[in-house]
Amino acid sequence: MVEPVLRLEALHKSFGGLMVTRDVTVELAADELHAIIGPNGAGKTTLINQISGLIAPDSGRIVFGGRDVTALPAPERAALGLARSFQITSILPAFSVLENVALAVQARSGSSFRFFGRASSEEALNKPAMAALDEVGLADRADVIAGRLAHGEKRALELAIALAMEPKLLLLDEPMAGAGREESQRLITVLSRLKGRFPMLLVEHDMTAVFALADRISVLIYGQILTSGTPEEVRADPRVIAAYLGDEME
Amino acid sequence: MMFVAFALFPIAATFGAEAYLIDLFRRIMIFAIAALALDLLVGYGALVSFGHAAFIGIGAYAVGILAASNVSDMIISLPLAIGAAALFAYLTGTICLRTRGVYFIMITLAFGQMAYFFAGSLAPYGGDDGLTLAMRSTLLGFAPFKHDLLFYYIVLGCLVGCYWLCRALVISRFGRVFRGARENPTRMAALGFDVFRYQLTAYTISGALGGLAGFLLANATDFVSPAYMSWHRSGELIVMIILGGIGNLNGAIVGTVAFLLLGEWLSDLTENWEMIFGPLLVVIILLARGGLLGLAAQMAAWYRRENILSVGDFIAAVGRYLRQLARRTIKSTLQTSRSRSRG
Amino acid sequence: MFTYLFIVQTLNGLQFGVLLFLIAAGLTLVFGVMNFINLAHGVQYMLGAYLAVMFYAMTGSMLLALVFALLASLAVGLFLEFVIFRHLYDRDHLDQVIATFGIILFLDQAVKYVWGAAPLSLPIPDMFSGSVVLMPGLIYPIWRLVIIGSGIAVALLLYVLVSRTRFGMLVRAGANNAPMVSALGVNIRRLFMIVFGFGTMLAGFAGIMIAPILSVQPGMGDTILILAFVVIVIGGIGSIRGTFIAALLIGLADTLGRSFAVDFLRLFMAPSPAQVVGPAIASMLIYLMMALVLYFRPTGLFPPKGR
Repeated sequence: MVEPVLRLEALHKSFGGLMVTRDVTVELAADELHAIIGPNGAGKTTLINQISGLIAPDSGRIVFGGRDVTALPAPERAALGLARSFQITSILPAFSVLENVALAVQARSGSSFRFFGRASSEEALNKPAMAALDEVGLADRADVIAGRLAHGEKRALELAIALAMEPKLLLLDEPMAGAGREESQRLITVLSRLKGRFPMLLVEHDMTAVFALADRISVLIYGQILTSGTPEEVRADPRVIAAYLGDEME
Repeated sequence: MMFVAFALFPIAATFGAEAYLIDLFRRIMIFAIAALALDLLVGYGALVSFGHAAFIGIGAYAVGILAASNVSDMIISLPLAIGAAALFAYLTGTICLRTRGVYFIMITLAFGQMAYFFAGSLAPYGGDDGLTLAMRSTLLGFAPFKHDLLFYYIVLGCLVGCYWLCRALVISRFGRVFRGARENPTRMAALGFDVFRYQLTAYTISGALGGLAGFLLANATDFVSPAYMSWHRSGELIVMIILGGIGNLNGAIVGTVAFLLLGEWLSDLTENWEMIFGPLLVVIILLARGGLLGLAAQMAAWYRRENILSVGDFIAAVGRYLRQLARRTIKSTLQTSRSRSRG
Repeated sequence: MFTYLFIVQTLNGLQFGVLLFLIAAGLTLVFGVMNFINLAHGVQYMLGAYLAVMFYAMTGSMLLALVFALLASLAVGLFLEFVIFRHLYDRDHLDQVIATFGIILFLDQAVKYVWGAAPLSLPIPDMFSGSVVLMPGLIYPIWRLVIIGSGIAVALLLYVLVSRTRFGMLVRAGANNAPMVSALGVNIRRLFMIVFGFGTMLAGFAGIMIAPILSVQPGMGDTILILAFVVIVIGGIGSIRGTFIAALLIGLADTLGRSFAVDFLRLFMAPSPAQVVGPAIASMLIYLMMALVLYFRPTGLFPPKGR
């Protein structure tokens, strides 16, 4: 069997007395789009933060590309090819759209300890950045200051930044959060085009998006994996239905 | 451009034969170098250093101590002045950059104060009283600082060089990462940048430029004292760059010129010049966002909006503005009892 | 002999710490609740001292001088808040710094203009003049004890006010999350004004209390301002408890360091270098402490939660 791109082994994390990640074991195969769903407060973002290195698990291992990265700080994981988007839009608002993406290109192309030369006119940075913007449909907004973009455009920019990192694994933390119906639809189209190019771990609330995109789905409830399987299996699982219906009745 | 004005200034001054003016402008330019160094951190990295005078002091003391030991060649003293300041910046930076915001301001102040008291305890070198420079720096037997005009242009050269260096830094790959770290450190980390290393580098460079300013200052005043490092000096540097408008290297220079020139002029005018200068600062801050450069931009926009062509237009427009201001003030006063939310 | 000296210096340290607390308390409240850096806090302390001197000269009564000076301090504080500071709350910290710096320049010079540059003094009230025998052979000035006592009283009052009253709850909530407080429909402007006036009055009070034992002169507020900032940063901005502990810590460390650094160093090194190094270390001591604290706790000893 091929070595999975990402393997989470028995991750545990608690804040104070609250268990937010409980014995989570997940494997992500190459080229797979794996979605993690779960009701609010299930610990989805906490999980993503552990994978990307913003917080450290209490116990368990995170293996990325065959290498144990559990103790590695976030920048080094990113340098290994682990890209992420944020649930709350995280861009550089005073930079232009193009510069936001070019910075991501810069991150993976050579040293940034270069003190001379105008970075904003380096073709080697701008070209791949434009290509990434093109893929998410933001090419015509390249010169706009990122902070002035509409909400859905910011989500798209977030995606473009992740793309420009040429990731070996893309972590997507609720990319549709707050986007309108049309914007969501556009993002789904973009994501389905990207599917297969690199593995993605998608955390999402929007069930339409999840079932349209995911190869496999894991259901997270109270920090614990309830079940994993293909969309059909998950859809039919009575425990999932119970968990979701229960959640809605509250 | 400002530099041309600086360059032409001595020629104009020779007609009036005001040697002290040359002296004043030389001092202004030296502080402008330090202000540029500080603006690099504050304006582009949101790292408000409240101990920047320490770097000036270290540079100055390097010159003073070497001169006291009969070493005056700048082949030795210049690299040592810059190097010592850079080293101090590097060492303290590793600690300071662990903190953020106001805590960063205060920890840089702490190190500035330590340097200040340390200098005051250097009994062999004058202690609190400071020490008079035995001789100005020389270069392989020449004495370029002996000639006032030559010294003036050397300082101008250094200022232009620093300006150019800072500009290049800001727009370089490095500068892009450094600016990004101010905007959103979390995002930068997720991109794979170790923000700390970039900030430490910038901090060290800024300290080195401060050392250069200190080197020049010691030679310009023939004197070195702990007062160069007092927190007042650090505070003044901050005021200079805010006054000019931060995040814009021109602002650092404009602010320095305005601050020192205004101080000089007002103190000639009246003994109690601070009673005018203080409120003036307050008014500038209240009226203008982005310091003097911001004010100038606002004024230009206002000129265009009000379509001012003659003195009469100007007076009429000022009248309109004042009436508006009065109306707004009254309104906000009436609203005092109403609650206001903060974003 | 050494023990007596040590006790005296410890008391002096406490007295200095209490003074720092009186000033820092207002600073940390204003900073914590309104997110406003008020450099002019130090000159308000100075102004308190000058006002006390002036009212004493006018009335001849220390009590009246205290009351009038407090009221005048409050009035000046509210006036400044109304005319200037109010417009700076939602501005950048740096704008606040430069504007309040302008006020320092003005008031330092204005004080010189009105009262002259020479140091003034205020007599200790008759009731509290002289010294008291604490132990056989150990006498201590009463007024310093009064300062310590009144400082601790203010600390207790503040503690009760902040932890037990509705006003205190708002202040604490404001230190953590100002937008939330205003969302609750609280009149933020009035809350700010009260906090600000209160802080100013505390600074003025500190100035009045210290006037009898320190010379009253222009610029006296500037050094103490920096120390007060050191205190609030070590304590954790917005925390009254942290400020109190940090103030005593700084007061003791500074006073004891200055009196005993040389003797202490003599234990390890020759007298003459100790004579040189001692005072330097003593002056640096509090800054060393601050650097150490921030190294291990980048947001101070007692950071308010939720920041």
